[in-house]
Amino acid sequence: MENIIDQKIENPVLQLKHVSVSYTPGKNAVNDVNALIKEKRITAIMGPSGCGKSTLLRAINRLHELYPNIKISGEIILGNENILEMNPMKVRMKAGMVFQSPNPFPTMSISENVLAGYKLNNIHLQKQEKNEIVERCLSNVGLWDEVKDVLNKKGTFLSGGQQQRLCIARAIALQPEVLLMDEPTSALDPIATNRIEQLLLELKNQFSIVIVTHNMGQAARISDMSMFMYLGELIEYEKTKYMFTNPKDKRTEEYLNGQFG
Amino acid sequence: MNDTIKIRIVKDKIFFGIICFLSSLTVIPLIAILWQLLRKGYRQINWHFFTQSAPSTLDAMMAQASGSLIPGGVANGITGTFLMVGMAAVVAIPVGIFSGIYLADKQKGIYASVIRFLTDVLQGTPSIVIGIIAYAWVVKPLGAYSALAGATAMVIMMLPLIVRSTEETLKMLPESLKEAALALGAPYWSVMFRVLLPSAFGGLFTGILLAVSRVMGETAPLMMTALGCTAVNWNVLKPTSAVPLLIWQFYNDPNLIDMIWSSSLFLMILILGLNLIAKQVAQKWRI
Repeated sequence: MENIIDQKIENPVLQLKHVSVSYTPGKNAVNDVNALIKEKRITAIMGPSGCGKSTLLRAINRLHELYPNIKISGEIILGNENILEMNPMKVRMKAGMVFQSPNPFPTMSISENVLAGYKLNNIHLQKQEKNEIVERCLSNVGLWDEVKDVLNKKGTFLSGGQQQRLCIARAIALQPEVLLMDEPTSALDPIATNRIEQLLLELKNQFSIVIVTHNMGQAARISDMSMFMYLGELIEYEKTKYMFTNPKDKRTEEYLNGQFG
Repeated sequence: MNDTIKIRIVKDKIFFGIICFLSSLTVIPLIAILWQLLRKGYRQINWHFFTQSAPSTLDAMMAQASGSLIPGGVANGITGTFLMVGMAAVVAIPVGIFSGIYLADKQKGIYASVIRFLTDVLQGTPSIVIGIIAYAWVVKPLGAYSALAGATAMVIMMLPLIVRSTEETLKMLPESLKEAALALGAPYWSVMFRVLLPSAFGGLFTGILLAVSRVMGETAPLMMTALGCTAVNWNVLKPTSAVPLLIWQFYNDPNLIDMIWSSSLFLMILILGLNLIAKQVAQKWRI
């Protein structure tokens, strides 16, 4: 495992050091994961169901704390701080999250959804700033031209793919240091999925993205680095092109060949 | 083979027919009640019905002797009902919603289970018992029947309905909504007040309206608390009338029989209206 952390990744945006998470005592859902996450790159976390990939992702913005009795150990360093010792609210503003199925706030309009991070945190903005943020974030997710005339309509009026892009806009509005995505396209059709993948390739110029995906093809298409997790352990962490062409571990190879998962 | 299929189709049709018949039976009482009330009560409903206080026996007797309508109305009852329901709502709505939030959030804890159980018990408590409690708590110490005492009884009756409807509505919201809000770094109160409660508004509002419509029709607890009053009263420390109380008083006075039907019709329409609004709101705000 040590060779993973020894990889030459300079200026990592996120460092995972001996991270273990358990739902029940004595049984780790995530077991001693070590990894450095590259800045402004897409890092994919792959693995079969129940391998702990979502748990690991949720630990990074401490959403795992919503489950009772969950225990975490190790260090997760974002910038210079160990997020496990920070106030969770501060962590979550720095680590934005996009979920499996689109979840815009149903009572808020499209523009209010984009600004939700500010409103919910009582950050007051001038009207000018608000308009700028809404236009910039919606443009970033390629939604501006589609919705600029209906900004006051409810976010839930949009199609599934548009809703998910709205959720991405909501997450990037707070300028997070890392953008966490938990299978963001699993509820979308292939066209909307393709759209989001193209979008992520554009967004990585500005943001560091960690994406959990079930879809190996997706990881191959968009990610720069790939992690393969199995039974809570990080089996392999490599540049995506190496992992897909020449996996080092037998389990990774079997998974990529579709022998389990 | 064909025969067995035919038999099965016939059985299906019989079964469906029975369902239709029995379900229509349940509607008949309501239609019959409305018909009866309309038929006997519509004549008394006019402008005076809403603006004047309940008539005295003598006035009613004289009016009936001359063949005209009973003078007066139920203004004292309407104002009393709104006064007491309003006071009760001001207390019961916030307390009920906050308790509901707590129960929705702590689905497993022992303390929450106890509260949930007690709320259910409270919901099943006979209203007359609640009336006696309000009598002991408010009427006795203050030494007088009052709107305050009536409102106290109403609060106790409204609380469990609002608590449980808030809890159920909040539980029905998708978990992802809460997660999305928390993932933006929002503090819990902000998530609750700006995301969850607004999303649950339809259910919350419906629960409140149903609670209001339930206490609006209550009579027994008011007999021991608000007592009744022949004039419009806005003093919360004095005896106050209410529409169901007036119906009871009219019932006890042979000269005022006609007023029973019109006041019942009015109360019925009021409660039916609240229920219909509740239904509309619930549908419109469905998430």
